[in-house]
Amino acid sequence: MRAANVLQLGIKELRGLVRDPVLMFLIVYAFTVSIYTASRAMPETLNRAAIAIVDEDQSPVSVRISTAFYPPYFTPPQLITPQEMDARMDAGLDTFALDIPPDFQRDLLAGRAPTIQLNIDATRMTQAFTGGGYVQSIVSSEVSEFLNRYRRASDVPVDLVLRSRFNAELNKSWFGAITNVISHITMLSIILTGAALIREREHGTIEHLLVMPVTPTEIMVSKIWSMGLVVLVATSFSLTVVVQGFLAVPIQGSLALFLAGTALQLFATTSLGIFLATVAGSMPQFGLLLMMVLLPLQVLSGGVTPRESMPEIIQVIMYAAPNTHFVMLAQAILFRGAGLDVVWPQLLALAGIGTVLFLFSLQRFRAFLR
Amino acid sequence: MSPSEEAGTPPAPVRSVVSVQAVSLSYGKTRALDAVSLDIPAGRMVGLIGPDGVGKSSLLSLIAGARVIQQGQVEVLGGDMADARHRRITCPKIAYMPQGLGKNLYPTLSVFENVDFFGRLFGQGRAERERRIGELLESTGLAPFADRPAGKLSGGMKQKLGLCCALIHDPDLLILDEPTTGVDPLSRRQFWELIETIRAGRRGMSVIVATAYMEEAARFDWLVAMDAGKVLATGAPADLLAKTGAANLDAAFIALLPEEQRAGHQEVVIPPRPEGADGEIAIEAEHLTMRFGDFTAVDDVSFRIARGEIFGFLGSNGCGKTTTMKMLTGLLPATEGKARLFGQEVDPDDLAVRRRVGYMSQAFSLYTELTVRQNLDLHARLFRLEPQAIPARIAEMAQRFDLADMMDALPDALPLGIRQRLSLAVAMIHAPDMLILDEPTSGVDPIARDGFWQILSDLSRKDNVTIFVSTHFMNEAALCDRISLMHAGKVLVSDRPAAIIETRGAKDLEEAFIAYLEGAIGTKAAPAAPPEHQPVSATSDLVEEWAGKVATDGGTKFSLRRMFAYTRREALELRRDPIRAALAILGSVLLMLVVGYGINLDVENLSFAVLDRDDTTVSRDYVLQIAGSRYFTQKAPITDYADLDRRMRSGELSLAIEIPPGFARDAAHGRKVQVAAWIDGAMPVRAETVQGYVQGIHASWLTQKARELYGKSATVGDFQLQIRYRYNPGVESLVAMAPAVIPLLLMMIPAMLAVLSVVREKELGSIINFYVTPVTRLEFLVGKQLPYVALAMLNFLMLTAVAVFIFRVPFTGSFLTFTFGALLYVIIATGMGLVISTFMSSQIAAIFGTSLITLIPAVQFSGMTDPVSSLQGAGAFIGRIYPTTYFMVIARGTFSKALDFADLWSAFVPLLITVPVLLCLGAVLLKKQAT
Repeated sequence: MRAANVLQLGIKELRGLVRDPVLMFLIVYAFTVSIYTASRAMPETLNRAAIAIVDEDQSPVSVRISTAFYPPYFTPPQLITPQEMDARMDAGLDTFALDIPPDFQRDLLAGRAPTIQLNIDATRMTQAFTGGGYVQSIVSSEVSEFLNRYRRASDVPVDLVLRSRFNAELNKSWFGAITNVISHITMLSIILTGAALIREREHGTIEHLLVMPVTPTEIMVSKIWSMGLVVLVATSFSLTVVVQGFLAVPIQGSLALFLAGTALQLFATTSLGIFLATVAGSMPQFGLLLMMVLLPLQVLSGGVTPRESMPEIIQVIMYAAPNTHFVMLAQAILFRGAGLDVVWPQLLALAGIGTVLFLFSLQRFRAFLR
Repeated sequence: MSPSEEAGTPPAPVRSVVSVQAVSLSYGKTRALDAVSLDIPAGRMVGLIGPDGVGKSSLLSLIAGARVIQQGQVEVLGGDMADARHRRITCPKIAYMPQGLGKNLYPTLSVFENVDFFGRLFGQGRAERERRIGELLESTGLAPFADRPAGKLSGGMKQKLGLCCALIHDPDLLILDEPTTGVDPLSRRQFWELIETIRAGRRGMSVIVATAYMEEAARFDWLVAMDAGKVLATGAPADLLAKTGAANLDAAFIALLPEEQRAGHQEVVIPPRPEGADGEIAIEAEHLTMRFGDFTAVDDVSFRIARGEIFGFLGSNGCGKTTTMKMLTGLLPATEGKARLFGQEVDPDDLAVRRRVGYMSQAFSLYTELTVRQNLDLHARLFRLEPQAIPARIAEMAQRFDLADMMDALPDALPLGIRQRLSLAVAMIHAPDMLILDEPTSGVDPIARDGFWQILSDLSRKDNVTIFVSTHFMNEAALCDRISLMHAGKVLVSDRPAAIIETRGAKDLEEAFIAYLEGAIGTKAAPAAPPEHQPVSATSDLVEEWAGKVATDGGTKFSLRRMFAYTRREALELRRDPIRAALAILGSVLLMLVVGYGINLDVENLSFAVLDRDDTTVSRDYVLQIAGSRYFTQKAPITDYADLDRRMRSGELSLAIEIPPGFARDAAHGRKVQVAAWIDGAMPVRAETVQGYVQGIHASWLTQKARELYGKSATVGDFQLQIRYRYNPGVESLVAMAPAVIPLLLMMIPAMLAVLSVVREKELGSIINFYVTPVTRLEFLVGKQLPYVALAMLNFLMLTAVAVFIFRVPFTGSFLTFTFGALLYVIIATGMGLVISTFMSSQIAAIFGTSLITLIPAVQFSGMTDPVSSLQGAGAFIGRIYPTTYFMVIARGTFSKALDFADLWSAFVPLLITVPVLLCLGAVLLKKQAT
């Protein structure tokens, strides 16, 4: 392998990319606008949850409860009859239905501990879970405030002090921004290298290269470094300008260490891109394959939901995917400020997976050129 | 017009079959046709001649009605082609075979299936189709290959198949666009004989042919010479020759060109090779053989080429020329035999030999994204020229190949002839001793071609460069020092062109080649038998028929047969495309598993550890309370703050608990104690859940303690809040997610497959069959939709099975209701795909575009996470009109809420309305002609 050839071929790739307006747009869009909007649009868990109230008591306390639900967390409550309740929930109109029984206030004041029923449509997981907690605490505080006019509540001896580390306010847009950067790194590196190879094949230029004194390894390495570099530059720009600048997300750890990890991840994903391109052969087939590969890679790597809650077998399988290690590394460095002493196992794993993918793809690539 | 050259041709009507008035056509800024006016006589064999890119194909596609007329008037068979009604009436009378080998064929379909498809499009019944197909395949000699996929046919056979497809409905006007380009001379001759027989059997049929071969054109009745979007001249071949005083049509064509283009043109004259120069052997092939599986592409080929010689390789597409060249350059390792360059055996890994060879491949294969200069520079560097010598070398090549004026232009902006010069310049940049050129002049106009050969001559004679060139032009082959005739992987003969003609006693090279080919095939190919079936209409007065009211064969009405023709073909094609079929069948299941397991909101097995500074039974009891819950898994105790910090940074711990010293004592004495809990906030959703769990556990520990301390009365609260988690009592993620994911996947994947089915045809060119056959838009759309609806229903069953049997989601409602809802929904999904396909033109754009258009509304606005009732603004509007919203209600209702049709009918109404709306929208937006 000659470094000069690799350099020349890589420069050619970069020139080709600059002249492809679609891919250039995709890169710029993915690392700026897309990250910004995705982070801003990160939904709050509870937003205008639909709630209906069956008020069979019509007492001051029940009215007090009814008026305690308001936007943005809840829609203004629908006051309905007990008969309507089931039909409305079946039709999916309400997520919550609160049933305040007759004589609630009287029983409450008499210390008979009456029961309020809260119906939750548990097919709506996100709202059901957090929303249930909200409704519970709103009802409790309204009732105890009402009761406090009559008597004082007793003290509890042990307090629990909860603190969130690394993101004290549990700001979801921080998480959204970084998650998107991570997934765009994977997506673009695969698309760019795969498309670069398929474009050459469709234009017949790859054959032309082979009659020149260059080896398949040189061709492949040149595509890897050039496309990897593009994504690396776009990533650093995105992290410093968009994430730290516009979105004002604090980055805890060392950016340089993260970029080193990114370089290893790119080594693995660009090799994967070449591999997919050799399997697909044409651009449309590459697009279809991409859908089937990219989604599992991103969703199951722990970047979107915690790995702990996935079945054991999937967790084990996903250790073979570079994304899993990259997500761990990125979260550790960017959110928790971890250093080399913490993330070295991930770096090692990425280097290992990258090498295996590279060698495997090189073999496929050689066969593909025949 | 009353041409006198009619003598000898069948009594032809005097009227013109095609009349073109001031027609212009532009593709963006490029002007393909420039105010062309032309009358083409009926009942003749008419040729359109000229090099590539002069507007021949554009003109033919306008005549065939495949393309929208931008300017001017086109009358075909006595009617205006701008009038949709006339097009509907005439298109069953026109047959159109577009340019490109087998472009309107379906490569994965067999020969029979291809012709059968066309028969169905023209509404023929089963018996009629079988009879006609049998006759056509018999007369074209394709009958033995009826089951072979069209993609695996040789070029000549593909063209014959194309002809079969065109002739299945007895056309009055046959339009052939370069039908014989890249086909071997024997197949070419057979092709023309076939056309002759068909014309004899169907007198009065007009044939319009575009061709780049002047030898062929010389045999036509009437010619139109075109250049740069204009008609240069029309008339019988003899007239054109007489007018220009040229000996052959090539020369006549050049003479017809405007003065400025002809400037500097000279006949190519290659001086003879000096005697006794044959000393060094540059290229040597010994028994070269190449097999791909069972197929022998190159069979025992041997030859020797001397240094400085121009050696030509003559043969049809797919006869093994390119494969032989690849073996010589080391691109392909030979299965058997040896290749030597300059006495050294070719070794694919030996890069040194490559530096002595310049190679120019068949298609233009330079980087279109690099300028002329950058292309030259890149190749110079890859061939390791001295960096300081490169600029001078580039300048030298630019001057020699006359590229100096366009050094900074992009190759795409240059005419074909100049691009070929650039390719040659690139191949020569490192001053190789040998050039291997694979069909370097395909599609290049005669003047540029002569210029190109002049350069080759100079290279050979002045610089002693060995040139190995392949071509399928006979007049180019005649310029070579020696040629090899190649057919089906074998070299038939190798000698000087003159010697070959002499041995065979032929009149020219083409005839000699045909003689050799016939010898190789064994039997003299039987002339095609005339088709037995007689045309339905009386031939003598076809013209009268056009003029009068033509009875139409139901071309405007909806025909089930034509619709099912598309359904059948689509299903066959899908079955033979592994990646698309895999996506169609397994893609949705794979994605369902991924989403089901990945988007799991149950948070379990969270790791936590404790820094217990109290270490009493009470503190251990507190820890046990957490460790005992199913949500948390306890890790080794934390030793100090540094340990806590490190383990939280690495992500090992999601929760750390610190219990202060004196915890038990203080609590017992009623003094305020604080337990500290640190939560990893990196993943906010998970952190919120952890918070909730910890608070809950803490509260229940407190209650328990209170009960221990103060007795039972202490635990009675003021009131009770009884929570009923309805429909999903375990509050399990999967139970909630699975019924919601099914609508999502049933939208995205069927829509994408439907989009691709149309856009693929647009990209590959077979959409032309829709443009020029009597298929209506509705037949086309519904026909294409049906197989995907069936496939989507299969997907639906598989997804439901995954949900019920793998995810263990209980199905409580009416399955029949769910299935009916799904059927309506997938009809809508595929219908949306077809609507989207009307404004997408490339497959890759279709894939990404469709994902965006289907995924975002389905995920965000259809009540998957947030119910539509909580949306606002545009999102709420989209949510209310998007079909996923309603199918989501049906899916959840039948899966989890034990509902049936009586409860859910209101969700069916919008779906029922959407089906016809989408169908009409698709039919309105779909174009029946290319624009």
